[in-house]
Formats: sequence, structure tokens, C-alpha cells
Amino acid sequence: MLAPYLPIVILFALALGFAVFSAVIATVTGPKRYNKAKLDFYECGIEPTPMSSGPNRFPIKYFLTAMLFIVFDIEIIFLYPYAVANRVLGIFGLVEIFFFIGTVFIAYAYVWRRGGLDWD
Amino acid sequence: MSALTAVPANILAAGTNNGAFVTPSISYAAIAPILIVLAAACVGVLFEAVLPRGQRFYAQVALTLAALLAAFIDVIAIRGHSVVTASRAIAIDGTSLFLQGTILVLGALAVLLLAERGVEPGSAIVAQAAVVVGSPADRRLASSDRVQTEIFPLALFAVGGMLIFPAANNLLLMFVALEVLSLPLYLMAGLSRRRRLLSQEAAIKYFLLGAFASAFFLYGVALLYGYADSANLSDILRAQNTSTQSDTLLYLGFGLLIVGLLFKAGIAPFHSWTPDVYQGSPTPVTAFMASCTKIAAFGAILRVLYVGFSVSSWNWRPIIWTVAIASIAVGAVVGLTQTDVKRILAYSSIAHAGFILMAVLAQNAQGQMDVSGLSSSLFYLAAYGLTTIAAFGMVTLVRDGNGEATHLSQWSGLARRSPLFAVTFTFLLLAFAGIPLTSGFTGKFVVFRAAYHSAAPLVVIALIGSAIAAFFYLRIVVMMFFAEPAEDGPSVVIPSALSSIAITVGTGATLVLGVFPQPLLDLADHAAKLRG
Repeated sequence: MLAPYLPIVILFALALGFAVFSAVIATVTGPKRYNKAKLDFYECGIEPTPMSSGPNRFPIKYFLTAMLFIVFDIEIIFLYPYAVANRVLGIFGLVEIFFFIGTVFIAYAYVWRRGGLDWD
Repeated sequence: MSALTAVPANILAAGTNNGAFVTPSISYAAIAPILIVLAAACVGVLFEAVLPRGQRFYAQVALTLAALLAAFIDVIAIRGHSVVTASRAIAIDGTSLFLQGTILVLGALAVLLLAERGVEPGSAIVAQAAVVVGSPADRRLASSDRVQTEIFPLALFAVGGMLIFPAANNLLLMFVALEVLSLPLYLMAGLSRRRRLLSQEAAIKYFLLGAFASAFFLYGVALLYGYADSANLSDILRAQNTSTQSDTLLYLGFGLLIVGLLFKAGIAPFHSWTPDVYQGSPTPVTAFMASCTKIAAFGAILRVLYVGFSVSSWNWRPIIWTVAIASIAVGAVVGLTQTDVKRILAYSSIAHAGFILMAVLAQNAQGQMDVSGLSSSLFYLAAYGLTTIAAFGMVTLVRDGNGEATHLSQWSGLARRSPLFAVTFTFLLLAFAGIPLTSGFTGKFVVFRAAYHSAAPLVVIALIGSAIAAFFYLRIVVMMFFAEPAEDGPSVVIPSALSSIAITVGTGATLVLGVFPQPLLDLADHAAKLRG
């Protein structure tokens, strides 16, 4: 009964084996040259803001961009299956998907007007 | 290999098979109150985007109150409706409409508290939540009277979720409603203007524990779907007689599901977030959470138990017994040791949640779930919500230089500074304690009467619990009336009309429902009908 899933198990085993192999071979054969910069935070070449205590901080705009990306990414994720099934869903589906896009546009209008898209 | 190759063929077939999709029939009239609130929330977001800063506050308050009022009028207009609509995902019946109406009234009162600017110039909500606490920008912000207006669309979204939550007949819709009501609340909990670190701590705790509870809920839904082949409550009920799946799936699924719901209702042993979150949140938000969220969560619990699991009640009755006793015991006993008024009210709410939960144990002579349990919990929820709004509204008025003075010792001798305040708050505390001529007595009476025939020992425990709880309510009363006022003690601020209306309505309802409860009792009896 489970025989059809054997290739998946083999694939998992291959993936695991490749990951372990890569990690081990890199530590065994790779050269090790100490450089302080390697241990620093890295974010698009921007220096983090030093804090008196705790880890240094990056500007919030990176996180903001990531969050906005999720909003529009989710919109697209819903649009793909709609596009595949739009003939079956008919007018009802068309109206619903416009409502959905409308609500995302409300979020977009809010972000745009409140300066969420300004980098500086 | 055959199973793997079959999958793409199915996917291709879905796009071409014209018979697969049936347009769901949606009764827009029945879900209009929900749509009004959610549409108004979207308009509120657009207000934030387009209106200049000076006009936002009044526009948002007007929009929010108008939307809640319009939705409430619509709920009254469609009273007597009883439909299961939108592919049987949402059930608009007597119970849904009663709870929706209650949530809308309490939501409007909470919005009045949120909009209060007479007590503190910029309302109880911080204007810029992202400013680092203690930084120069934070100190500038604290002395300015800039006001946060995004809280109003957030509150509307939360109310929208709360309207769907007790009406959801499909567990997936119930989960979506749970998230729609929870996410704004997590945010609102962290927006206090004073004691911001405490508020942010409350928000993080609420968010993390709430996320765990949501995961429990969702896992329960998945297992129940495996059992019944449907996430629909009425299908799950039917499957309990017909399913060939193992009962383990059913019990495990039910257990996980109910944990998620008990968490939202703040019932022990899933109550640990309640005191911290109630204390840290801005007090108007606490009022909103303690009344509206509790009602919505109980609405969902009632629907799950009465619609989805009424035939297997012998299996879950011990669970409800246990958590009801735990809730009453924790609320009453741990409440005794508290020294902060908001925490005392939080433990009081845990004990009250236990009292309300007793009602679902009511059975008729045939050993089936009795409708008296449903109607009495509806009455209790409405009465308790109104008293809670008034009580937290009054907590916002006792202030010193650092904002609200909520430590019990600061309340000593408050009756000499403001006799009216002390008398009103005493009355509300007596209602929490369940003294006759208050709505608290009527509520406890109907719930205990409903549960008495099938769970008499639990009623005795509840009576002992309320006697213990009465002690810590009376301790506040004694503190206010018979202790010497401190030299630099807080004073009672006179609020603007907004808070005054909310407190007056809450207190007035507490009195009216204690003296003359019959109309609401009849309404609750009439409304106690569920459709699945």
C-alpha cells in the first residue's frame, strides 16, 4: 500500500545525505581565515545602529518591506488558483476575486499614503 | 507508481469539469450586520490613508459608532431569522443574533471608553507605538496630546470577527473568525499610553499564548475533519453515529478544539494570560476584551457543544466539570492574594467564566442537553458584560501623576474624595459578588438553577467559590470606605460625556437587570435556539 511513496522516501534520504555531506566536506576541506567582519551582522551593506545594550539594530524599513511583500505575495497566491479555475467559478468567482483585490488595495492605499513605500 | 501518476490527471480535470462548482447561495440579509462592521473597518483604514491628521479622530469615532449602531439596528430588524447560509458555514439563529446584539452594544460602549480624551488629553492609547520606550522621542510623545486613531478600525475588525465567531457553523470559518478577532486584540493590548513596557509585555504574552491556542484549535479541526470527513458542526454530529473511523480521532480532536476555545474564554487551567494581559493593556481595551471577547468565545463554546457534540455529552461532561471547578477555584482563591484592582477584576472574570460554563451541564429528564443552560448563559453573558464595561470604565478615573492608580493601597479612603465614585463602584462589586437586586444575582441564580438538577455538587462548589470571591470584592469596599486616605493619594477625575455614558449605561443595566430582569430573561429564553 505504501509502495508508491518509496521514491519520496528515497528523495528525502538523498536530500538529507546531500545536506550532511556538504556541511561536513566544507568544514573538513575548506581553509579557515579569521576575519572579524565575518561575524558582524550583514544587511545590504548597511551599518547597524549601535545600541547601549543588547544586539545592534537594523532600520525598521527592511522589516516593513518584508511585511509588505507578504501582503502582496499572499494576494498573488490566491490569484493563481483563481486564474486556473475561473471558468468553473463563473461570474460569482469574478465578483468575489474583485472584492478580494479591493481589500488588498485598501491596505495598499493605506501603506502608500502613510509613507510605507518611502525609503528615506 | 500508479497513485503518483493519478494526481496530475485529477488536477487537470478540476479545471475542465463544469459540474464540480455550485455557486453557494448566500443570504446577504442574514449576514448584513457582519458585513456592515467589516466594511466600516475597511472605510476606517481608508480614512487613515486620506484624511488629514486633525480630522481623523472625530471621523473615526463617528464612523465606528455609526457602524456599530447600524449593525445593531440591523440585528434587531432581522430578529427571528433562522438560516444556515453560505454553504452551511454560518448559522444565523436566535443565539447568534442575541450574542451579536450584545457584542455590538458592549463594543459601542467600549469604543466610547476608547475615545475618552477628558481624562488624558491624548486618550489612553499611545500615539506612536513603535517609539522606543524611554527614548527622548518617547518623552516628547508622552507630553504631547497627539492621538492614536488606528485603534478604531482595529476595534471594528475585532468586533467583526466576534460577530462571526459565535455564528460559525463550520470549524474552518470559526478559526478564521478567531484570528480576525484575535490579531487586532494582540495589537491593541500593546498600545497603552502609560506603563508602556508592561503593555508591550502583555501584548507579547497574549500573542504567543494565543498563537499556541490557535494551533491547538487548528490541530483539533484537522483531527475532527479526519473523523467526520467534514469541518461542519452538524456533519460532525452526524458522524458520531455513523463514522467508521476510530473514536480516538474524535476525542483527541474535540480535546484540542476545546482547549483553543477555553483559552480565548479565559477558563482555568488556560487562564494564565488573563491577569497579565488585563493589567498591562490600556484599560478601555481591557474592558473591550473582558466583555466582548469573553462573550464571543462563550458563544463559540456553546455552539460547538450544543450543535457539534450534543450526542456525545457523556464524554465531555467530566472535562467541563473539571475546568469549571478549576476556574472557580483559581479565580476565587488566587484572586484573594492580588493587590492590583485590574488583576482582581481579571481573577474575578476567571471565576465568572467558571460559573457560566456550569450552565452547559444542564440536562433535561431524558439526559439530553437542556435549553435552559443555553438561555441562562446568554443572560449571564449579557449581564456580566455590561457590569464589566462599567467597572473597567471606572478604573480609568482613579488617577495620580503617573496615570491610573490601580494598586489597592492607593484606593484607601477613596470614598471621602468622591462618595459617588465609591458608591457606584461598590454597587458594581456587589453585582460581581452576586448580591440580590443586582444583575449578578439574577445571572448566578438562573445559571445555578439550570445546572442544579444535573450537577448539584458543582453548584455547591460554585456557591462556596462565590462566597470566597465576595471576600476580595468586599476588601476593596472596606478599603474605599473605612481606610484613611493617603496624603498624596490619587483623585477621581471627572470624565467627559463619552465615558460617563458608558459607565452610566453599564451601571444602569446592572441595576435594572437585578430589579426587573424578566424582559431580558424572556428574550434569552426566546433566543435560545440553535441551528446546525
